[in-house]
Amino acid sequence: MAEQRQYEVGLHPDLPPPASTTGAIGWVRANLISSPVNTLFTVFAIYLVYTMIPPMLDWLIFDAAWVGDDNSVCKNETGGPIAAACWPFIKVWITPFMFGRYPESELWRIKITYGLFGIALLALLIPQIPFKKWFALFLLLPFPIICFYMYVGGSFGLMYVETNLWGGLFLTLVIAITGIVASLPIGIILALGRRSNMPVVKAICVAFIELWRGVPLISILFMSSVMFPLFMPEGVNFDKLLRALVGVTLFSSAYMAEVVRGGLQAIPKGQYEGAKALGLNFGKMMYFIVMPQALKLVIPGIVNTFIGLFKDTTLVGVIGLLDFLAMIQAGSSNPKWLGYLTTGFAFAALVYWCFCFGMSQYSQHLERKLHTGH
Amino acid sequence: MAVETIEQDQLEPPKVKLINDPRARALFFQVLVLGSVLILGGIIVNNTMANLASQGIASGFGFLNTTAGFAIGYSPFVGYSEENTYGWALYVGMLNTLLVAFIGVIFATIIGFVMGVARLSKNWLIAKMALIYIEMMRNIPVLLQIFFWYFGVLRALPGPRQSLEFGANVFANNRGLFIPSPVPEDGFNVVVIALIIAIFACVMLAKWSKKRMELTGQPFPVFLTSLGILIALPALAAVVMGGPMSWDNPALKGFNFRGGAEIPPELVSLAFALALYTGGFIAEIVRAGISAVDKGQTEAAYALGIKPGVTLRMVVIPQALRVIIPPLTSQYLNLTKNSSLAAAIAYPDIVLVFAGTVLMQTGQAVEIIAITMGFYLIVSLLISTFMNWYNNKMSLVEL
Repeated sequence: MAEQRQYEVGLHPDLPPPASTTGAIGWVRANLISSPVNTLFTVFAIYLVYTMIPPMLDWLIFDAAWVGDDNSVCKNETGGPIAAACWPFIKVWITPFMFGRYPESELWRIKITYGLFGIALLALLIPQIPFKKWFALFLLLPFPIICFYMYVGGSFGLMYVETNLWGGLFLTLVIAITGIVASLPIGIILALGRRSNMPVVKAICVAFIELWRGVPLISILFMSSVMFPLFMPEGVNFDKLLRALVGVTLFSSAYMAEVVRGGLQAIPKGQYEGAKALGLNFGKMMYFIVMPQALKLVIPGIVNTFIGLFKDTTLVGVIGLLDFLAMIQAGSSNPKWLGYLTTGFAFAALVYWCFCFGMSQYSQHLERKLHTGH
Repeated sequence: MAVETIEQDQLEPPKVKLINDPRARALFFQVLVLGSVLILGGIIVNNTMANLASQGIASGFGFLNTTAGFAIGYSPFVGYSEENTYGWALYVGMLNTLLVAFIGVIFATIIGFVMGVARLSKNWLIAKMALIYIEMMRNIPVLLQIFFWYFGVLRALPGPRQSLEFGANVFANNRGLFIPSPVPEDGFNVVVIALIIAIFACVMLAKWSKKRMELTGQPFPVFLTSLGILIALPALAAVVMGGPMSWDNPALKGFNFRGGAEIPPELVSLAFALALYTGGFIAEIVRAGISAVDKGQTEAAYALGIKPGVTLRMVVIPQALRVIIPPLTSQYLNLTKNSSLAAAIAYPDIVLVFAGTVLMQTGQAVEIIAITMGFYLIVSLLISTFMNWYNNKMSLVEL
């Protein structure tokens, strides 16, 4: 027997917690097998993981074809497509997937704008870098104009590139970013109109917002592609991409209006009254007092709208534009690459997921940062 | 001390120039906005009329009575053939949209609630698996998911001869899902009447037990009793009438299955993808709703000796529902609107049939798009009215 020491009451030194409640064992006991029902759930979950993950990994990685520059590496003994991912398909088609049928000699134009956008965005996102206002202004004003001239060409000695050659992830980004940038000012005006005291203005804004929010994007795209040409004077015909852009902008401006309205409602009444007491007129009150506070509040909402819009751009494929998803379908309907559609979908899912998940994490980070309390 | 008397006219608002009078400015501004909207509308109408006239396209809704002359692949509720009118084709498209939206809403709700509760599970593995599910569904475009289920899974199934069999005469192949369909025989209406009586009895039982609960505090196992009544009464009627129902089983004849009910792969993949996608969003709403209920509520319920299951059902969920219902409504609306993606995989919904085929044949873009948008607006309005009613019913009654 080990020596038993006697302690005075209250003088016993603290003992370490029991081994069963700390470390890995404690964690497993608390989180996996805390009760019979919980143990049952754990067994069920492990079974699910076991039945789903190995076949998925086999399909994606272990059985997949990785190297090679043509479809021969993706065939089984009988000449059919292998029952796993065929990554050379992505490798061969990567340029069309990214840029559509944009002339290969002109791709540098897109890449330069990507670079500019990346630099400005990094400068905005990293807190230590100064001159944020100027970077933001650059992105909002000169940058779209630079992009327009770079992409379309036809001036400054650049080759003219028709919009029906645009495609892939490039087109997806163009539609999503144009939609969100153009819908921001329209959304602000609509939100102000909806909160206005003037009955006519309010009714028009409510009708506009609720109409576009109540119908699916696909019907708006159908409308913009078949009805807009009818609205124009005879002989005026405008581009298919532009029509889609107008439709997307109408759609997202209605959602943006509701987001901005949420921000406006969160501003205490005292701010409005204070501004009026100082003798500011409506424009100055909005520009100097209300909007700076409201827009800061709705940044996460704007990012969430952008995520939604980014996912919804896949619908333009239905009216015949070759966005990222449509380009992947087009690639896998090529006779040489039949049967690798699922690989294309896996790649598309990965790209969309990375974009959307990244943005939603950023928006949540912002929400936490802005939620400073008062 | 001389008290100055204020003249009556000094109390009136000071005279301002018309240009600085807020009411005059508001009136002017509204006239300006209304005028420009009307002018813009006028120009558009004018241009449209001129364009339609020059292209020789008729206007008006007379085309709805014209013979359609095209086939629709799937019409489970009403008969349709090429001799029917465009109006009838519109009706078929509407029913198909409502069908897929209804199935989607039911399954999305079930998936969402299960995943939302699983996300809050104390079991680490279950919670993390639910998290992965939610983040995957929410961040991948629904169209891509529909394509995946349609092209990647259902169209990749073997042909009719090598159909997958799930037992009980359920078959799946690349032509669709084949299930047995019930065929009512003589005396079947007695079973239907029994079912109606059973439902009525359940409603009465629920009312009675609620009253008793309020008076005496005695709970009554309403759910199990109702389930018993719902199964036993029709079953009894069926036995008494000698089994007045038979099953029409699908069987392989020639190149495809005959008999039974056929569910086309378009409907399966559309409903499945919509339910999974929206389910991810609903799960997040349910999680947020349950987290919004103060922890003290659960602790108080436990302190009173209420069992965990009953606590969840009677204490937590009723309070969480108030937070859940408004965003849930907008998810239902989103699902209904997303059902229009049917057009991408050729499921004959209103967009594909009406805004697609009929528009192509008649060219009457304005009327057709207006009817399509009007349909979605009305459906949205009905769903939000119903959910508002439900929300009012569930909302906190403060005395």
